Amino acid sequence: MNAEISGHGLGASRWIGKRVPRKEDPRLLTGRGQFVDDVVLPGMLHVAFARSPVACGRIISIDREAAQQMPGVHAVLTAADIAARPIRMLSFFFTEAEIAIAPLADGHVSYLGEPVALVVAESRAMAEDAAALVEIACEEGQPIVSIAQARTGAPIHPGMDSNIAAEIGDEEIDEELEQRLAASALRIRQKVVHQRISQAPMETRGVIASRDGPEELTLWITCQSPHLVARWVSLALDLPDSAIRVIAKDVGGAFGLKNHPWKEECAVIVAALLLGKPLKWIEDRYEALTASNQAREAEMTLEAGFDAEGRLTGSHGIYDCNNGAFPQGADSNIAVHMFVWAAYRQPAYAFVSRGWYTNTNGLAAYRGPWAMESLVRETLLDKAGRRLGIDPVEIRRRNLVYLADQPATSSMGIPLEDITPGECLEKLLQHFDMAQFRREQAKARSEGRYLGVGIAAYVEPTGSAGSMAPMTGELAQVRIEPTGKVTATMSTHSQGHGTATTMAQCIADRLGVRYEDVTVFEGDSSRGGFGPGAAGSRQGVIAGGAAIRCSELLADKVRTVAAHLLNASPDSVVLSDGMVHVEGAPEMTRPLSEIAAIAYGEPDRLPPDLETGLEMQFRYQPPPMTFTSAAHLAIVEVDAETGFVTILRWISSEDCGTVINPAVVEGQISGGLAQAIGMVLLEDMPYDAHGNPLAATFKDYLLPGIGDVPVFEFVHANTPSRTIGGMRGVGEGGAIIGPPTLVNAIADALSPFGEIEELVLPLTPARILDVIEQRDVSGTSKANSPVAETPVTLSPEPVPAEDVVQGVSAAGPAGDWDMVLKTPMGPQAMQAHFDVEGSALRGYLAAPEGRQEFRGGIVEGNRLRFDLKVEKPMKITLKYDLEVSGDAIAGKCKMGMFGSAKVTGKRAP
Amino acid sequence: MSEHAIAWTVNAHPRRDRVEARTSLADHLRLEVGCTGVHLGCEHGVCGACTVIVDGRAVRSCLMLAVQADGACVTTVEGLAAPDGTLHTVQQAMREAHGVQCGFCTPGVLMTFAALSSDAAKADEQAMIAAMSGHICRCTGYQGIRRAAKALADKAVGSGQGT
Ligand code: FES
Ligand code: FES
Repeated sequence: MNAEISGHGLGASRWIGKRVPRKEDPRLLTGRGQFVDDVVLPGMLHVAFARSPVACGRIISIDREAAQQMPGVHAVLTAADIAARPIRMLSFFFTEAEIAIAPLADGHVSYLGEPVALVVAESRAMAEDAAALVEIACEEGQPIVSIAQARTGAPIHPGMDSNIAAEIGDEEIDEELEQRLAASALRIRQKVVHQRISQAPMETRGVIASRDGPEELTLWITCQSPHLVARWVSLALDLPDSAIRVIAKDVGGAFGLKNHPWKEECAVIVAALLLGKPLKWIEDRYEALTASNQAREAEMTLEAGFDAEGRLTGSHGIYDCNNGAFPQGADSNIAVHMFVWAAYRQPAYAFVSRGWYTNTNGLAAYRGPWAMESLVRETLLDKAGRRLGIDPVEIRRRNLVYLADQPATSSMGIPLEDITPGECLEKLLQHFDMAQFRREQAKARSEGRYLGVGIAAYVEPTGSAGSMAPMTGELAQVRIEPTGKVTATMSTHSQGHGTATTMAQCIADRLGVRYEDVTVFEGDSSRGGFGPGAAGSRQGVIAGGAAIRCSELLADKVRTVAAHLLNASPDSVVLSDGMVHVEGAPEMTRPLSEIAAIAYGEPDRLPPDLETGLEMQFRYQPPPMTFTSAAHLAIVEVDAETGFVTILRWISSEDCGTVINPAVVEGQISGGLAQAIGMVLLEDMPYDAHGNPLAATFKDYLLPGIGDVPVFEFVHANTPSRTIGGMRGVGEGGAIIGPPTLVNAIADALSPFGEIEELVLPLTPARILDVIEQRDVSGTSKANSPVAETPVTLSPEPVPAEDVVQGVSAAGPAGDWDMVLKTPMGPQAMQAHFDVEGSALRGYLAAPEGRQEFRGGIVEGNRLRFDLKVEKPMKITLKYDLEVSGDAIAGKCKMGMFGSAKVTGKRAP
Repeated sequence: MSEHAIAWTVNAHPRRDRVEARTSLADHLRLEVGCTGVHLGCEHGVCGACTVIVDGRAVRSCLMLAVQADGACVTTVEGLAAPDGTLHTVQQAMREAHGVQCGFCTPGVLMTFAALSSDAAKADEQAMIAAMSGHICRCTGYQGIRRAAKALADKAVGSGQGT
């Protein structure tokens, strides 16, 4: 393994690729980990929240009298109290939402469980007792719960003209694509209705906020990156980041939920600033399930054409996602469309994508947030294969992009240079005899047993850097201490990822020291440099590269020092096992500690002008994106009497490039696959028609147990990437490729009975019996969404801006405008300036990042059209088409293959 | 709220405590005894993270009141390793098997394994895996926990077979 890594001046002992025991384990195995609830500060008080009892409505009164009288209670705060210290609730991309978001509900509640009052008391029990006595009276409104209701119902947020949180793409299929689809031998649709998921890390959310004097704030918070939280909080509170220190030594899982603080954590931080006392809030599981942000609830219809040989001819996708009331960034999930066909030879693709506000808990990330693309595509391919009489392997072989087909460009413009989904599939099939399985399956069927095989292939963007504000490179700072031991501070952060282990392996490997002699520190924003932590399967890829290069640079310095001391040539100096050797002169061998002691303590013995000490740092900026590929296979048996699914076998064939530690890589994939099994068979966070979340305990929200998860078999196909070290990310893949693999196996088992026409998750035994018995056993097959549908009375239909345009404004388009462009990364505010001369238009758009001029635009009455070329995040021409109506401006911006985004605005004062 | 005196043993140290009637064993161990290795994943008896050994049996400390521990002998994860730091067999098994990721579920898993791997319990692999159905791990997909169960049942810990 990893023969591709050649070590210059290194001995034989290599650490990259080894299944070494983890650095994190000794403390975690002995109960000495430090999770946020384990931290106790002198004088610390405890917080509990009083929450909204209804999903939407006006707050009539908040009676805190009884709560304040309780023993041990120090304060009961509401929105009005904490408004004294303003905070901006930003997205992961540090952008501000277009709706008003406050830590505590202000005048109005928008989901059941929304925090309304914050109780501070001497113990958690006292705070909870008091919170139960806060009386919140609401004038209950009729909630919008489902996507279907959001489409037609009145806007849930004041000042919005619809419930659309984010939107991109084009509804109508253009003529050329329509012709392609119409001319296809098979035109087929697959619809997936994905349930809502609770990320459910075993450690719930929690924070301790301590105001240390007037200028310092220290947070202990369970999070995905202390650096990102420090940056986010500094922007949110408008404090210099130097004033904020964030500590998170051990974190009990995060999975996307803990990217940055949200309502409750922000309320605690602000309350701690106002009260000047250290405050701790630890969420209980009931709150975690019902009030932590949630994920996934979405629907997608993918349509695709095939020729008679099963080759793709074109495709169109429609995606809708329930954003809840206060998403951690309004999202229409453009990544679904970017990657849906990225691994396939798909000649044409168009889409429309929308995120919807509803009176439910807000959306946050969850492992592979765009995973719908793989689920809908891979299940569509199997369905098409069954129609065309082409088996699942063959239909993929005919359409996948193999190495031999590259370089290539995907239908969405993504350059493909080294993706290997096809190779992963071929490698997988070397470990599985498909013909033999089909014989077993036929025999089993004749005995009334229903076996099925599912395969799926995919690619995944990992290690992304350089095009989004938080997605930076990663920093390694490595030093050989005067004792000869090695310490490193990294920008990484582990919530189970084992980065202290894998980074130590990279360092030991490239420095020529023993793994046991390397210690990696992380988990504190005051150490190491900025990195977004576990986000987008990046740490192994980017930080691994940083650790490798930094260690190589440091090894060079050791060689320079040793060569000078030993009177040898630097090229003949070899570092191995913590010893410094000179080739051909065994008597000159010295322990690294001896060289180190001199490097720090005896400057006179160093080469002239060389900096003393043995310390190095390197920030690695990798290629913008590194693809991971995989093909998986699962075998299931479906019990036709009960509808229960048993998973008999699961093989993962994954290309994650250089493997730093196979146990860590397999651990990441296995964890993702277990979550995939949960999504397909068990987990569900439904809401009733009143907006009540219905899964409030682990007896209702079913997480997979040991009996639900089979033994996973691994085939590693290692094609080194172009990054330093050659790694590819592996954090999210299991949760992306797992669901279609399992669904395809179940659909194959059920094929004697019929198709799963519309895939509604989870595939409960009742839903599986719907297919087997060809009737509606589950009682849900008519309702597309698990949410019980109730008609929502419309308040006056939101009127599209175009229809309002009546009289021509006297002022016209010329002058200054404040506009908002709804980009896939969140709303982008900008100032526009238009100069009109006859029908000619020129001017500029200005945002904090800079100002861009344009000319050559056209004015027709109140309609403005102009083009703007941008370079970031990719080269693209933005085509604006706007209509002025009095002091309002609205319209669209066509962003190349991304389709159209909405523009709104008003005349600048 | 009534207060009660209890006399009990925690990790081989005899103690006397006064506890509020409503305080759970888990909260008392964490807050008063300092055993923060007792993790609370659900506080309603499903996840198993809070498992401790009470008089030789694995017990969910979130479902037991501290006052009920009067006279009992309680072992938490902090009491597993030998005083010189040598890991207990179950800890060694989980380490070799790469059974730990975030480590939040781990103390509970270890305590159930410890209760089952005592000489008296003589649990085989099947019994160990069945007992693991009472523990939720969100990180590992149970692969390492399964391997640890096998290594413990086969008495193969330390032989390198766990990995
Ligand atoms: S915390 Fe006791 S079982 Fe979950
Ligand atoms: S290791 Fe994280 S929950 Fe088990």
